[in-house]
Amino acid sequence: MKNMELHLTVNGESLNWTIAPGELLLDVLRRQGYFGVKRGCEKGECGACAVLLDGMPINSCLMFAAQAEGRQILTIEGVADGGKLDPMQEAFLDHGAVQCGFCTGGMVLSAKALLERRPDPTEEEVREMLAGHLCRCTGYRKPVEAVLAAASKKRNTARRMKPVAEVVR
Amino acid sequence: MNGDRAGQSRDRQGAVSRLVVGRNVRKVDGVKLVTGGAAFTDDVHIPGMLHGKILPSPHAHARIRRIDTSKAKALAGVHAVLTYKDVPRVPHTTAGQAWPEPSPHDTYLLDSKVRFVGDRVAAVAAESRAIAERALKLIEVEYEILPAVLDMEQAMAAGAPVIHDEPDSTKIYDRQRNIAGYILREIGSVEQGFAEADHIFERQYRTQRQQHCPIEPHVTICWLDADARLVIRTSTQVPYHCRRQVAMILQIPVSRVHVVKPRIGGGFGGKQEMLLEDICGALALASRRPVKIEYTREEEFYMARSRHPQILRMKMGVKRDGTVVASQLTVLATTGAYGSHSTTVQGNTGSKVLPLYRAAHMRFECHVVYTNAPVAGAFRGYGCPQGFFAQETLVDEIACELGMDPMDFHRNNVIRLGDTDLLSAQLGEGKEGLPRLVRSCGLPQCMESAARAIGWTQKRKSLPNGHSHLRRGVGMACTMQGSGIAGVDWASAFLKMNEDGSFFLQVGASDVGAGADTVLSQIAAETLGVTLDKVIITSGDTDITPFDVGAYASSTTIISGGAVKKAAARVRSQVLELASKMLDAPVDQLDCANNEIFTTCACRKSVSMTDLAMQAMYKEKLQIMDGASHFNTDSPPPFCATFAEVEVDTETGQVRVVHLATAVDPGTAINPMQAEGQVEGAVAQGLGYALTEELLLDAAGRPVNPNFLDYKMFGAQDMPKLTTILVETDEPLGPYGAKSISEVPINGPAPAIANAIFHAVGVRIRKLPIRPEDVLRALHAERPANLEEELLTQ
Repeated sequence: MKNMELHLTVNGESLNWTIAPGELLLDVLRRQGYFGVKRGCEKGECGACAVLLDGMPINSCLMFAAQAEGRQILTIEGVADGGKLDPMQEAFLDHGAVQCGFCTGGMVLSAKALLERRPDPTEEEVREMLAGHLCRCTGYRKPVEAVLAAASKKRNTARRMKPVAEVVR
Repeated sequence: MNGDRAGQSRDRQGAVSRLVVGRNVRKVDGVKLVTGGAAFTDDVHIPGMLHGKILPSPHAHARIRRIDTSKAKALAGVHAVLTYKDVPRVPHTTAGQAWPEPSPHDTYLLDSKVRFVGDRVAAVAAESRAIAERALKLIEVEYEILPAVLDMEQAMAAGAPVIHDEPDSTKIYDRQRNIAGYILREIGSVEQGFAEADHIFERQYRTQRQQHCPIEPHVTICWLDADARLVIRTSTQVPYHCRRQVAMILQIPVSRVHVVKPRIGGGFGGKQEMLLEDICGALALASRRPVKIEYTREEEFYMARSRHPQILRMKMGVKRDGTVVASQLTVLATTGAYGSHSTTVQGNTGSKVLPLYRAAHMRFECHVVYTNAPVAGAFRGYGCPQGFFAQETLVDEIACELGMDPMDFHRNNVIRLGDTDLLSAQLGEGKEGLPRLVRSCGLPQCMESAARAIGWTQKRKSLPNGHSHLRRGVGMACTMQGSGIAGVDWASAFLKMNEDGSFFLQVGASDVGAGADTVLSQIAAETLGVTLDKVIITSGDTDITPFDVGAYASSTTIISGGAVKKAAARVRSQVLELASKMLDAPVDQLDCANNEIFTTCACRKSVSMTDLAMQAMYKEKLQIMDGASHFNTDSPPPFCATFAEVEVDTETGQVRVVHLATAVDPGTAINPMQAEGQVEGAVAQGLGYALTEELLLDAAGRPVNPNFLDYKMFGAQDMPKLTTILVETDEPLGPYGAKSISEVPINGPAPAIANAIFHAVGVRIRKLPIRPEDVLRALHAERPANLEEELLTQ
């Protein structure tokens, strides 16, 4: 089969890649050096390969790379702002939510997407979000705490920031 | 607490004066893990790298009559195809254990016989995964299918097929009867003990095949470096054992092998195996190209390792007042097709379990048999989850029969401070062991605090069950483990000072995600008197770091940590010696903390680590550096109390764990936050072991559920409320009083849940996992009359 061109945005960078038609997004991202996207099951069961597609978490092992044409992808590599960690990443570290770290990237991305939709999630909602991410190390308690703490911190910051935000708007 | 000194309280003053140990610092490798840094085995691109694949046996037991690889070799993009004809035949074990490994040497790189579905038939290396997969299909194999034995109870029977009939395997206990290993140990005389007992209880228990399920499957990349040395970048818990074993199997000198352990995506014992490194290395040597082999999730389920299934017969004799006088455990276990960790895992089922009770008479007997099933191996808990399920369920039954609160039964009978466990002296790592003296014990406080958390006293008396079909109950279990293998496990560490007053710490210890690098750095920083950022750790690289047996047997904190503390103390002496010269003060009046060396007298002179380092390097021409080796002749037990509250649906048999409280005595928690994480992770695996996880085989030995949908691990939504309590003690043999924590909490959930189910609905479940259908069946068979009446009156 003939190779094809793929135009997409990854972590804010506009890219043109040559791919084979049947290739999975997971495989293409890893080939391009986005190693934070992990291969855990290749069946959409574990969530280690999750990325945000136009802001929504998806398992990159369940999607053809070709389907990402023209879309915006955020991988875990794009979450920190240069050397400055995202508050969600800080929370994962401060709450001991990272052990081996293999599932962490997917969890952090899904957690960020959740807070975009639900700035004040309940523990149930956090657990529902994390249900898509199997973790064999933590027992999930510390990841749940980390997400709730990040949410709370983000709300407080947003409250303090509000007047400025209004001015900008 | 019976007037005994139940445990040593932590030296609070000591704790307060510590600046790094005992603090919840962030993981030293945390930033790269949360930012998706290229840190794991597979996170590299090596030019020219090939994809390796293994052809798995479709049969449980067969001889390869003919194998033709010509079509596979002819396929464009295929660079190597290996069968048993192409490789050295060296009997070995894949168990990553200290030499000489106590496991049978019954495994071959490739063999003309296959012994389970998933056994290696051939291996290929090709330019892409797709080509490699296509090449596997082109290998023509003619099998002579042999009768298989899958049922461990049939394995020793006369006429059962002999799985290891090859003459060159060694250390097999009785190959004709498929017995990989046999253990019989007795202290005192159980015969006498049972004669002295007023009551004797005996029950049979069964446990299942559980899989480790690290989210990162096994993966290995091998290549020849510019000096033509074989580099093995691999997801392993045992870099040094792996180096030794691969060198032996491929028949090259150890000095020609370089094992690199990057970040590891979970091990849990499954990576205490030399599993892919030999075949990947063989493919790299054959193709002269870099080769990667990565298990798919399906392969990980049945071509990696699992927990040994066991059938346990537990017998206990007690006095009328509940004093245990004799205990006897008779085990039949299967190791699957190869004897990896066979006698040592099962030895633990006796040596770490029975001595929890202070009986004068104990007997442990075990047959470990081969079956044509996927291979078992090391798995967090290492034989203890099976043993404690039997023992703690039986103990609950005895307490209930005698009308005692199980808490009281435990209080009266469990091992305590100052006791010596003599069974351990008889049951070491594949040989005689060493006696265990309990020098620290927080078990009574563990019980009390976990009981409080679950609301034991009140809930044992009355639960608001009423006439509902949802019935609540609470149950408990006490467990212990070891901290390293006494007299076997050892480690070393090396430290050198840099010009900016920082230190490179090199350890053979293998952080597999549990946080060893952080804990070891904390120990070094504390001892050196520097802040944590001044310690830069490199771990698990056989070219760079000194020897360590690896990450297993709950040994890293106590053994590797002991080596780090020793090495750091030596380096500290060198620092103080130079500081003494610079500050013109005697060494015994110097101390260091916060990157500064200062006099402890009134003069308060000081020098920074940086200035001292510059002085050492450019004035004194001195590299401040030193290393140390460390081992223990004892294995201090960490203790754990697990309390569970469950809700049983009497209409469906569904068991929901409502609350699980775990209290652990790890000695000193070097990093309490990480220690809690170890407990919670172990508990999650223990919950799966108790209720949902089992790798099933069909009648032909094929895996039925090798995926995460059909093999059910606990997810975030399935978890009960968890309470985690650390009961710190001060262990004299551990660095800063530390013992271990990562294994012991996995033992408790299964018996605590089984006991809570009994409390809720009055049925005893003696088989894992506890499935709804088992509970329902038991409810129909054993429903006690009073419960029946209650339900009828609804």
